[in-house]
Amino acid sequence: MRKATLILDDGTRFEGGSFGYEKPVAGEVVFNTAMTGYPESLTDPSYAGQLMTLTYPLVGNYGVPPFTIATDGIPDFMESERIHAEALIVSDYSEQYSHWNACESLASWLKREQIPGITGIDTRQLTKVLREHGVMMGRIVIEDVESDVASIPYSSVNYVDKVSCKEVIRYNEGAEKTIILVDCGVKSNIIRCLKRRGVEIVRVPWNYDFTSLRYDGIFISNGPGDPDQCGAAVDNLRKAMSMSDKPIFGICMGNQLLAKAGGAQTYKLKYGHRSHNQPVRMAGTNRCFITSQNHGFAVDDATLGNDWEPLFSNMNDGSNEGIRHKSKPWFSVQFHPEAASGPTDTEFLFDDFVKLL
Amino acid sequence: MENINTSIKKVLLLGSGALKIGEAGEFDYSGSQALKALKEEGIQTVLINPNIATVQTSEGVADQIYFLPVTPYFVERVIEKERPDGVLLSFGGQTALNCGVALYREGVFEKYGVQVLGTPVQAIMDTEDRELFVERLNEIDVKTIKSEAVKNIEDARNAAKALGYPVIIRAAYALGGLGSGFCDNEDELNVLAEKAFSFSPQVLVEKSLRGWKEVEYEVVRDRFDNCITVCNMENFDPLGIHTGESIVIAPSQTLSNSDYHKLRELAIRIVRHVGIVGECNVQYAYDPESEDYRVIEVNARLSRSSALASKATGYPLAFVAAKLGLGYGLFDLKNSVTKTTCAFFEPALDYVVCKIPRWDLGKFHGVDRELGSSMKSVGEVMSIGRTFEEAIQKGLRMIGQGMHGFVDNKELVIDDVDKALREPTDKRIFVISKALAAGYTVDQIHELTKIDRWFLQKLQGIVTTSDALKQYTPESLPTDLLRKAKVQGFSDFQIARAIGLEAQLGSEDGSMAVRAIRKAKGILPVVKQIDTLAAEYPAHTNYLYLTYSGVANDVDYTGDHRSIVVLGSGAYRIGSSVEFDWCGVQALQTIRKQGYRSVMINYNPETVSTDYDMCDRLYFDELTFERVLDIIDLENPHGVIVSTGGQIPNNLAMRLDGQNVNILGTSAKSIDNAEDRDKFSAMLDRIGVDQPEWSALTSMEDINKFIDKVGFPVLVRPSYVLSGAAMNVCSNQEELERFLTLAANVSKKHPVVVSQFIEHAKEVEMDAVARNGEIIVYAISEHIEYAGVHSGDATIQFPPQKLYVETMRRIKRISRQIARELNISGPFNIQFLARDNDIKVIECNLRASRSFPFVSKVLKINFIELATRVMLGLDVEKPGKNLFDLDYVGIKASQFSFNRLQKADPVLGVDMASTGEVGCIGDDSSCAILKSMLSVGYRIPSAEKGILLSTGDAKQKVDMLASARLLQSKGYHIYATGGTSRFLTENGVTNTRVYWPSEQGQPQALDMLHNKEIDMVVNIPKNLTSGELTNGYKIRRASIDLNIPLLTNARLASAFISAFCTMTIDEIAIKSWSEYQ
Repeated sequence: MRKATLILDDGTRFEGGSFGYEKPVAGEVVFNTAMTGYPESLTDPSYAGQLMTLTYPLVGNYGVPPFTIATDGIPDFMESERIHAEALIVSDYSEQYSHWNACESLASWLKREQIPGITGIDTRQLTKVLREHGVMMGRIVIEDVESDVASIPYSSVNYVDKVSCKEVIRYNEGAEKTIILVDCGVKSNIIRCLKRRGVEIVRVPWNYDFTSLRYDGIFISNGPGDPDQCGAAVDNLRKAMSMSDKPIFGICMGNQLLAKAGGAQTYKLKYGHRSHNQPVRMAGTNRCFITSQNHGFAVDDATLGNDWEPLFSNMNDGSNEGIRHKSKPWFSVQFHPEAASGPTDTEFLFDDFVKLL
Repeated sequence: MENINTSIKKVLLLGSGALKIGEAGEFDYSGSQALKALKEEGIQTVLINPNIATVQTSEGVADQIYFLPVTPYFVERVIEKERPDGVLLSFGGQTALNCGVALYREGVFEKYGVQVLGTPVQAIMDTEDRELFVERLNEIDVKTIKSEAVKNIEDARNAAKALGYPVIIRAAYALGGLGSGFCDNEDELNVLAEKAFSFSPQVLVEKSLRGWKEVEYEVVRDRFDNCITVCNMENFDPLGIHTGESIVIAPSQTLSNSDYHKLRELAIRIVRHVGIVGECNVQYAYDPESEDYRVIEVNARLSRSSALASKATGYPLAFVAAKLGLGYGLFDLKNSVTKTTCAFFEPALDYVVCKIPRWDLGKFHGVDRELGSSMKSVGEVMSIGRTFEEAIQKGLRMIGQGMHGFVDNKELVIDDVDKALREPTDKRIFVISKALAAGYTVDQIHELTKIDRWFLQKLQGIVTTSDALKQYTPESLPTDLLRKAKVQGFSDFQIARAIGLEAQLGSEDGSMAVRAIRKAKGILPVVKQIDTLAAEYPAHTNYLYLTYSGVANDVDYTGDHRSIVVLGSGAYRIGSSVEFDWCGVQALQTIRKQGYRSVMINYNPETVSTDYDMCDRLYFDELTFERVLDIIDLENPHGVIVSTGGQIPNNLAMRLDGQNVNILGTSAKSIDNAEDRDKFSAMLDRIGVDQPEWSALTSMEDINKFIDKVGFPVLVRPSYVLSGAAMNVCSNQEELERFLTLAANVSKKHPVVVSQFIEHAKEVEMDAVARNGEIIVYAISEHIEYAGVHSGDATIQFPPQKLYVETMRRIKRISRQIARELNISGPFNIQFLARDNDIKVIECNLRASRSFPFVSKVLKINFIELATRVMLGLDVEKPGKNLFDLDYVGIKASQFSFNRLQKADPVLGVDMASTGEVGCIGDDSSCAILKSMLSVGYRIPSAEKGILLSTGDAKQKVDMLASARLLQSKGYHIYATGGTSRFLTENGVTNTRVYWPSEQGQPQALDMLHNKEIDMVVNIPKNLTSGELTNGYKIRRASIDLNIPLLTNARLASAFISAFCTMTIDEIAIKSWSEYQ
């Protein structure tokens, strides 16, 4: 195993070994505290531009499921058509794996998709550094491998544009109700969740002006990066909201874009929420849920307009976890009710949305 | 807060009684947490638990403590007296739960207006009754194991036929799989079903899913329907081995996200549907080849698994469950580790834990060693690492059975490795090690064991590293390989052995040489916190472990010399359990009170001492010399206490002293002078104190010569044991030769210690605390049984009721001499033999003994607090009272778990066999005896049924005569075997003769047991002849298997019979501890 080094922008170095593709890489270093779900997380488009640290030390145990694609073009077990994270940082990569549904090792997959992986890192210490300092840019260099790599500040890149579909795709054609899915980097399981509920889905690129299409509701997906990069999507939303009161549901980036369309602002969290154990409480109720999350930006509750109110809040740090319009069927959540990976407690929100159509 | 139920001012909590297999220290932990949660709310607490050695029965934990049996009768009496507003049933294991269900059915709670807090009783019944359980889960489309509840053996046979063999048999309402097992055919079913029916009127026959994975989830739900799963755990051993017998890993290792969350979602669905309020455990069988599953069972209470989950995650399940029972929502409560985030969350681990059971099967004659669906282990350890290899190797050292890890152990002798892999015993993990070393592939082992390949691959990696190490010398050993070995949990000793340093320098110096090498290379462990959130939020947690997978400590060590390190007692095992946990906790509390930083090292998840609230720093880690030294290097403590954790820390004293570690209290040299048989004898001779003659001998000839001098019987202690127990009393040449040829080896290398065995002698214990050789406080107690029954099994009376004043005086005098001679500063215990005021010393331990909590609580003087103050060098005044001031009697009785140990002969001997104990207080001996015997599972025999007597040799028959007369006078029908029957008839006691299994004639004793005509068996083994062994064994074993109370000691039997014949159950005063003044 070649030696590999993670170098953070503040100069902190962590030495480990390379188990993935051997090339230097740079990106925003983030940590995820989930204990399962590395195939799902790696293929989650929201990780574009990021070096993903897993705090759970043992990784690779159950290998990687086959990358088979269903007839509708959606992968069976993955969250998109490829790995989006720039690299994977772990403590104890398991070279051997065991699972009935695995067809290859994590290392072999990373190599195939040309994604570096580094193991033997004190990911707890790394997490503490990130927690104290806030997320920062970093790079991985590998012994005896050319180490030059461009490091472009994370917030300056429009990652949504990189991961969004380039043309309109339809699912469940001919269903009674139709929704527009604004693809900012949508996870496969969102499409699966919507499909299962029998609606036609018109998946459009993030900046596509869908307002002239026939539809019964709008869904705004998750996606990577800074919501401030997505002005076009916000404009389209505003236009749609001014034209009709059709239901809108957003997830993650969708929450931030809906908030912005409603006039609120977003800000960057110090180190984000990336885990399967984020507690949220529905405003004004005793109903609490454990949620899967992956976001670095959040909606600033204080900037919500008079017509809007928080729908959920984070029980650990009080940050916004969802908003709703006080009178119109428009709502969104910061967490991932579609899970994959993570807990499935809030999948009912898809039912709530579909019922509104 | 608004959500609390304000009508609750006083709450009764039921404990779990004596430690037994399947129900051990974990319930002291859960009960203590619950009591703490109630106390915080200003609620009055009443506790019923006869287990006097627990932390929960210590002063200040509950407001009123009753050392009474946890049975419906006594609980109702306490309710009648105390009138609590609420009751908590789910913190005292199956014992408390069963008792609670019975009281609910009888309408007792309703009668006294007591609210059941937490999970409603109906929900408990829904989960406990198999038929109801399946029905309830069917309602929400959750699959259970196909099972039929049957009420007689014929239906059991039919059900098994319909399901197809193999099937599993379980007794409903039984703890830890009692009376359950696998049957491959009808013959096996007949045997098991009968036994199961003796424990429960309802027996379940289920299809076996052997080879499936076993996975558990710990779920918490509040009354607002909010649910979390705090932890999931995966069994290393596949289904078929009771989860208490399996190595368990948390979190699961071989489940994908989809697997994990499928089972999580099901667990929450179940818990919501059943209506749990508090904590609940859901166990699954999970297909290794698909996402198919079955729910095995749901435990609607705190359990062994929940205690493990609490320790594995840092989430205080019992504490939270108690708060939820009071009406709080999870959102009202804070995460007690971070103190800032919310209790409604699911812990994220950044380490892996292994639970490994500790068995003591070697302590039992004839026990079946194969593991199965019923639990036999007596304790467990939990190890924490950042690699699986590190965790498992730590754990295998922690279980304390002479193993150094997964590899580099003493060679295991196994005839048939395939069979040993296929039919698991307590040694299976080491069989895997042997198989891997012998070249078995992962696939081969998987085929034979069905253990997931991932675990086997990891284990193979350990073997590979060991092999790699063996290629090197200390000089040529590459740094990377050394680091890799440490990351994989190799101890310095394992490395020393692999690279030849052990052979060169011996084990101790070899290990120290490795330590020096790695320190020079900068290979040091780091300290990490368990913070429940994987470092996402800052946590001021003091819950720590050490690992080699890391580059930085989570703790800043300031080197202030304010730390006092207390070494814990390790895994519960026969001879060392909750009593040392109590001692450790008392020491920690005293240290804290004095303003020092209290530091605990221990690794037993069933304890209170490993609750991170109990000390300022908890190292949940090994008690090996290497690891203790690592921690001392970091802590740089003021001193270390080795005398409150039983034998494990005691054994470290000399080596720690050798490294100039400051041992507080009695010096290591003195400890050694007491531990070393020769040195101790020499000292006794010097100060003119008598002891039974003994000698360490290396040939049969020498043994015979020694016996010619002292005479039979003798106590024989081989240093190398082939099979069976390690000690034996031999009363004649034949027995001696049989024991030494069959069971042990005598040679120059393996000397045998032979001691004079004094018959019909009283055994007396001195528990005391001294300062600079002067006794500050002491307690003398006497055994009810004559010497020959291990002091851990004996029934102990304090203060003594039948000792001569002169005996007491002499014991005090000798104790003073010994304390002075060894310059004791701290706790110590001396055991004496006394016959006619002739006193001999048998043993002396310069540490707290098993009976410290018992005497402390009866005398109401905390011996450990005093001892700790002495060790801290503080002023200690002699307490103004002693045992002569007590107007009441305490009895400590032992709990045996023979019903769990299939085929084991339930006799008592010189080796300890009990798994737990109780201590009860009464105004007189009879009252205390009765309470304590009822607390360890005896019952007063029903007047409609008979009592079977076989009372041993002539002397014992005479001893038992008065008892037989008493039984007769109370109208009991006496049945007796041949000799006993004749003797009783001759002495005018009416009886019916019954026949031994080897005799012709009717009625047969065994038949009467099976027909439930007998409600108590007194069977005193006469000698070790084979006929006697077989006959007596069959009767004793049948009593245990059929759940009929059995007494095998004449003195104890007499005491018990006399107690229940002189007073009735309603004459037992319901008095709390504080009422005995």
